[in-house]
Amino acid sequence: MQAPLRHLIDIKDLSVSEIGALLSRADGILARPGDYADACHRKKLATLFYEPSTRTRLSFEAAMLELGGAVLGFSSQDSSSASKGESVADTIRVVSGYADVIAMRHPKEGAPIVAARHANVPVINAGDGGHNHPTQTLTDLLTIQQSFGRLSKLTVGLCGDLKFGRTVHSLISAMVRYPDVRFVLISPPELKCPDYVMAQIQRSGVAWEESRQMEEVMDQLDILYMTRVQRERFFNEADYVRLKDSFILDVPKLARAKPEMIVMHPLPRVNEIQAKVDENPHARYFEQAVFGKYVRMALILFLLGLEKEGEAA
Amino acid sequence: MKIDSIQDGIVLDHIQAGKGMEIYRLLHLDDLDCTVAIIKNVKSRTLGRKDIIKIDETIDLDLDILGFIDKDITVNTIRGGKLWKKQRGVPLPARLVNIIPCKNPRCITASEPSIDHLFRLVSEDPPLYRCAYCETAAR
Repeated sequence: MQAPLRHLIDIKDLSVSEIGALLSRADGILARPGDYADACHRKKLATLFYEPSTRTRLSFEAAMLELGGAVLGFSSQDSSSASKGESVADTIRVVSGYADVIAMRHPKEGAPIVAARHANVPVINAGDGGHNHPTQTLTDLLTIQQSFGRLSKLTVGLCGDLKFGRTVHSLISAMVRYPDVRFVLISPPELKCPDYVMAQIQRSGVAWEESRQMEEVMDQLDILYMTRVQRERFFNEADYVRLKDSFILDVPKLARAKPEMIVMHPLPRVNEIQAKVDENPHARYFEQAVFGKYVRMALILFLLGLEKEGEAA
Repeated sequence: MKIDSIQDGIVLDHIQAGKGMEIYRLLHLDDLDCTVAIIKNVKSRTLGRKDIIKIDETIDLDLDILGFIDKDITVNTIRGGKLWKKQRGVPLPARLVNIIPCKNPRCITASEPSIDHLFRLVSEDPPLYRCAYCETAAR
């Protein structure tokens, strides 16, 4: 009997044990990438990006190419039939006939749910508006696992745009499932976490607090997860301009950080992390971006049901 | 104020005061040719004030709409001028399909009109529905 089609729309689509297996697989690929060079031979990944992306799209494409597969797709709404008014459902029905797995980024929240409903191949949410970004979360979890050797007993400071920050929403959804995690939410009042994210935190019973200044809580944190205030999520430019530089991390602010504390960022960054922090031993964001490729390789294998072939290769 | 009693039809009673018009609109009662009466702010021993809707025809009621608007409504079915069936309270529907729109302008339903507006019940007490696509709460 054929296994049911799996999609990754929300990080909660994966169980904790499946996440653990994916991170282990990514770790294995990191150690021996050559073992997986033909794991996706003759398979195709379609990258349907209705919104700009550098890391996510290229890391998906690099992931598939390193697995021996091929890639096709588009990188902006203007270069697809969406510009002619084609619906997500119609595009997905058609692309399902061309590719074995689809990674889709869309500015509208919930678009990947519609895609999954109409696809007959696995759909991966590569970011939907200000809602979710589960593959960034897998990248983040791999970074945390590599740094601390665990995903539990961690105090995670989330700083910046927590309202539209889809990476923050998905990371919280994932980490509420691990023991002894504590969140410190650092944002201006206008950019606080949406109520559905706060409901998850409250339902799970994890400890959390809010802060208006990262300096106040710096010495408590194991992870400082910085985010960009995203111009593209604002309908009003004046609001963006007022809020964009709410939090800027510089080297002096790191003085009180624990020695093992890591600074993460899904990138791209604008002003929220000064360039001098890049050389600081706390900075992990460029390493984090590299992990994105490996965890996406693991995810593609998982969704295509190719784990065993990968292991055997 | 005198409103004729009905022979065969439905009386929606114990509607929270002020919700009568919303029910009238969502049930599309304006499309009916029969007599429909909305009685607002009626004195009530239990509610203080309540609304009542009388429909002078037996129609198929969308109980999902009633449950969503006010789960404590009483639905009285009248036949031959007498009470034939009384239903106290209406269960909260697990899903709402095209009953209310998602108000999030960033939701996929805002840009693709062919997609059903779908809300799911995420909490019964207090009742809370969230958009199945973007998780925005229905207010």
